[in-house]
Amino acid sequence: MRQPIKIFLRLLSACLLWVGAPLHTPAATLHVGNGGPFTKIRPALAASHPGDSIIIGRGIYKEGNLIIDKPLFILGEGMPVLDGEFRYEILSVKSDRVTIKGLTLRNSGHSVLNDPGAIKVYDASYVTITDNILLNNYFGIYLQYAAHCIVRNNTITASQKEEHLSGNGIHCWKSDSLQITGNRITGHRDGIYFEFVTHSVIWRNIARNNLRYGLHFMFSHNNAYITNYFKNNGAGVAVMFTKHVIMLNNTFEENWGDAAYGILFKELSDCCLSGNRFIKNTTGILFDGSNRIVVTRNVFRENGWGIRIQANCMDNSIRQNNFMGNTFDLATNGTLMLNQFTDNYWDKYEGYDLNRDRTGDVPYRPLSMYSMIVERNPPAMLLYRSFIIRLLDQSEKIIPTLTPEQLIDNRPRMIPYNL
Amino acid sequence: MIRILKYVTLDILKNRIVIIYAVVLALFSWSAFGLEDNTSKGLLTVLNLLLLTVPLVSVLFSTIYVYNNNEFIELLVSHPVRRSMIWKALFAGLSLSMTAAFILGAGLPLLLFADPATALIMIAAGVLLSVIFIAIAFLSSIVTRDKAKGIGIAIMLWLYFALLFDGLVLFLYFQFADYPIEKPVVLLSALSPVDLCRILILLRLDVSAMMGYTGAIFKNFFGNGWGLILSFSLLLLWIWVPFRVSLQKFKKKDL
Repeated sequence: MRQPIKIFLRLLSACLLWVGAPLHTPAATLHVGNGGPFTKIRPALAASHPGDSIIIGRGIYKEGNLIIDKPLFILGEGMPVLDGEFRYEILSVKSDRVTIKGLTLRNSGHSVLNDPGAIKVYDASYVTITDNILLNNYFGIYLQYAAHCIVRNNTITASQKEEHLSGNGIHCWKSDSLQITGNRITGHRDGIYFEFVTHSVIWRNIARNNLRYGLHFMFSHNNAYITNYFKNNGAGVAVMFTKHVIMLNNTFEENWGDAAYGILFKELSDCCLSGNRFIKNTTGILFDGSNRIVVTRNVFRENGWGIRIQANCMDNSIRQNNFMGNTFDLATNGTLMLNQFTDNYWDKYEGYDLNRDRTGDVPYRPLSMYSMIVERNPPAMLLYRSFIIRLLDQSEKIIPTLTPEQLIDNRPRMIPYNL
Repeated sequence: MIRILKYVTLDILKNRIVIIYAVVLALFSWSAFGLEDNTSKGLLTVLNLLLLTVPLVSVLFSTIYVYNNNEFIELLVSHPVRRSMIWKALFAGLSLSMTAAFILGAGLPLLLFADPATALIMIAAGVLLSVIFIAIAFLSSIVTRDKAKGIGIAIMLWLYFALLFDGLVLFLYFQFADYPIEKPVVLLSALSPVDLCRILILLRLDVSAMMGYTGAIFKNFFGNGWGLILSFSLLLLWIWVPFRVSLQKFKKKDL
């Protein structure tokens, strides 16, 4: 008896909607500034309906915290400036399908308690943030519980001094299916920060001169970062506690310092690292507790240590890479080695190739004894390249005693790969 | 003095050994840079030349030269020239020709192939090492009248600075590994001119590795302006002290 009534009610409401739709105004465009009907953004937001566009003209707008709680298209004309006066979070996005484009957002509030950002997305999907300039904010773009969002071509700059008092450029937390593309981030704590983010892609970003990491990854499974450029960040890039990350074609350059790494792999497993370039880092890659990572067709050039692989790593495969001009190609901290090195090009290889198959006939031991000595006794670095050290290294190469027996490349390549 | 200097320099050039030395240096450095497609490897070859061969040739050649020219020196002493002038002219003549040989032999390819700052530091180090080991040669040849003994002392000193010293330092590292020894180590390295030069070059060649924790300490010390000035003045001291001592001895020596 009840079922037909329910169906009838549904049909009725559908009909009402059908009739009501033409009554509702089509998506409007609201102009702010530049002689438009609105001089401020807040009243325009209040007057807008879902699906409307708000076009903001050139000018400086100091309107505190603006909350966007309906699907809107917000476009800046001539890069209008929204100033947070160091007190407010500038834009809070609390609705799905919001687009923010062409704004300059500067001077957001600084607070460790609620982490204000220039743009903060709360629990929303399909938000697009493109072509904005963010200057001197605490957090730049902050996404939490977001999904299917696009952050593209933003320039994010800050000049923060201390790590614990600064925020990240693009901060993503508990999100899914994000696209972070073509952004330039400098002077923040971490350039891009991922925690509990899945199925996302980071593509063509440039992160340089950030205080801590260029890219910081934690508990974020099934992501890819491709063709990004990380230079001179305080501690390089860290990928930690994560599975199934694909890292392709990135460049890691000049990350200098004792605890700075091109990439730090901590508790990472089942990942693929290919086509990347590690240039002039103190350490190219540090492997710590990481398993089943395939490292292939990368270039390690002029690093202090090409790869530092701790004895707690297992089943990593390092193959077909070029190692050129590194002070030490490899370092490890123990005698156990459960990883596989094969088909790499090592410029320090001194063997020969009689059958001309481009593979050396004598195996190569990439770990020099002196790198073991320096590992245990860092000041000994000062003796590097002296004659006595070379003598020691040569004798160790012939009869290995200190270096792990299994650490060997049985098929060293004679000429470098064209990478 | 200028006249004696001219005589000495002409005499050394007539000797042809210095010319051969320059040619050999040139052969090694050009082939090092030419054979390897990778400049850093060529640089390492030149670095080895600079740290081992240059001091050895300088110290040996100068010691033997001084001994062989004993009669010429005696002849000069009988003339109305100040003794210190003779010794200084001899030193200047040898230094000039060895330095010129080094710059022509190894300096040119360095300037052409390496990046300018590294090349300049390496050339400066090579020139200083040449002159330092000539000063050491002067000292060892004045200490004893016996030629074999004098040459022996020269070779021993070279062995000590080029090879043994590093071994001793390495031994000390291991003995005192549990202590913060970064700063004493910096001081210790000043005790050998070869080490000092090696570290100055190391800070350019292996800059990425030297940016690690201890490396950074050294980099801070040797890498900044004051550190450079200090290390170069230490190297100059390494020329001045042995030569000064030998000069004092020469002045009072009964020929």
